[in-house]
Amino acid sequence: MIPLPEEEYRQLSELQHFAFCRRQWALIHVEQQWGENLRTIEGEILHERAHDEQKTEHRGDLLIVHGLRVVSHQLQATGVCDIVEFRRSPDGVSLYGQEGLWKPRPVEYKRGRPKTHDADELQLCGQAVCLEEMLCCEITEGDLFYGEPHRRTAVSFTPQLRARVADLLREMNSLFQKGYTPKATPGKFCSACSLKDVCLPQLKRAPTVTDYLASHAREEKS
Amino acid sequence: MKRLLNTLFVLSEDSYLALENENIVIWGEEGKRGQFPLLGLESVFSFSYKGASPALLGACTKRGIGFTFLTPNGRFLARACGAAQGNVLLRKTQYRISDDPNQSCFAARCFIFGKLYNSRWCLERTVRDHGLRVNVEALKRSASFLSATAAEALKETNLDTLRGWEGQAATEYFRVFNEMILNQKKDFFFTVRSRRPPLDCVNAMLSFGYSLLASDCAAALESVGLDSYVGFLHRDRPGRESLALDLMEELRSVFVDRFVITLINTKQILPKQFDKMEDGAVLLNDVGRKTFLNVWQTRKREQITHPYLQEKMQWGLVPYVQALLLARWLRGDLDAYPPFLWK
Repeated sequence: MIPLPEEEYRQLSELQHFAFCRRQWALIHVEQQWGENLRTIEGEILHERAHDEQKTEHRGDLLIVHGLRVVSHQLQATGVCDIVEFRRSPDGVSLYGQEGLWKPRPVEYKRGRPKTHDADELQLCGQAVCLEEMLCCEITEGDLFYGEPHRRTAVSFTPQLRARVADLLREMNSLFQKGYTPKATPGKFCSACSLKDVCLPQLKRAPTVTDYLASHAREEKS
Repeated sequence: MKRLLNTLFVLSEDSYLALENENIVIWGEEGKRGQFPLLGLESVFSFSYKGASPALLGACTKRGIGFTFLTPNGRFLARACGAAQGNVLLRKTQYRISDDPNQSCFAARCFIFGKLYNSRWCLERTVRDHGLRVNVEALKRSASFLSATAAEALKETNLDTLRGWEGQAATEYFRVFNEMILNQKKDFFFTVRSRRPPLDCVNAMLSFGYSLLASDCAAALESVGLDSYVGFLHRDRPGRESLALDLMEELRSVFVDRFVITLINTKQILPKQFDKMEDGAVLLNDVGRKTFLNVWQTRKREQITHPYLQEKMQWGLVPYVQALLLARWLRGDLDAYPPFLWK
């Protein structure tokens, strides 16, 4: 793996876009195009409440940190955790300025319902890998909190999920360094995409421009 | 597809535009003349010499609302554009191609092919629709010249030769332009293209329409992250939006020429809607401009099917979609730039 300067690390939140559609990810992050729609705005509002800046809450044996910045040099990725819960536990780790041992558990807030794809799990798992590296510990589980059922779903960080996170980040870093935007592979998910107008997924079905020009040139001659 | 929003035309020449909360407020000597929410605006065209506040310009550029200043007579003055869009890779590709005459020609010939194709069909359409009233022979002759030239242009690899083809074709097209005018022929006639200033009613409307279209094209290019000043067919000249002029070539006849001819032939515009100046210039007056812009706006909302994408959209979105297709070619998604071929 090519060592990258830290300011070029990928954001963990990009995993979501990348897992949803590689082209959408490239349009946003490589090409810096951005189309806003209802979904993205709702997401923003929900997130504003979850973390404005880093703050810590004490609730007995629970320590809640909002907006914790995390990084992994192994993944070459960085991000911000909505919430990391530290629960007092004998098999936890020591924290600077806190008495006792604490076990971390990342919690990520999402709008709407749990999704059929694993984009949210990937982002959460990425956070866990960062936390593990920063705290020298092992994290087996975290939670996704969905706005609509208003309930937490536990996610266990399996070896498969971890491998997928690492693979996707490696691929993302490499595409970004090359400045490459993958071609569109249209699907049902296109209708939910805020970048549909910029992406033009229908290009995939359109004829080549050479054919388009040639067919019109032929009719010119007739 | 992206939604086409409203365009605000400020026609009174002593209006001052300012920002108030999320609204654009029009001030006159007597006080507030009106206000419109920024939300739902696509672009603003101000024909007032008093201008607008920097705060308003900032708010518009931030929201991607095009803001164009024109003189009260409709000559282009300036366009506000905010911080450049972030896509530096796209712009660098654009500059590299613009610096390379071969690659520039590859792009330029698509614009020219589009221009000739569309001009040709404007002539053919007149023959088809009004065969009994027009000089069919003259129109047919010009159309077949445009057709032959278009085929040549598509193979051309030298920029200067390409410009030569274009020049000849433009002469041929404007030579028979007057044939397309069927009504009010005493007051509306076309002999030769005059620009600065336009010397007759037809030229006055063509210039005005081209000015509006150029601003739309420039705003569209900037909104997809391209630099509207760096062109392929039109070379760099300080202050000239060369790429906007490139993009406009294929749209001139279908967007403006046909529009002007329809205004005349359907008598929506009348001779009394023009003023003649001391220096011989002929310009649309207030009533004329209002009529022109009203019909222009209605036309922008008409539904069409895009000839390349085969998708339904409004006429007014065509400059945006073409800018997007140009960007997609530069980014390697397409094998060439697909011009808007309309008939």
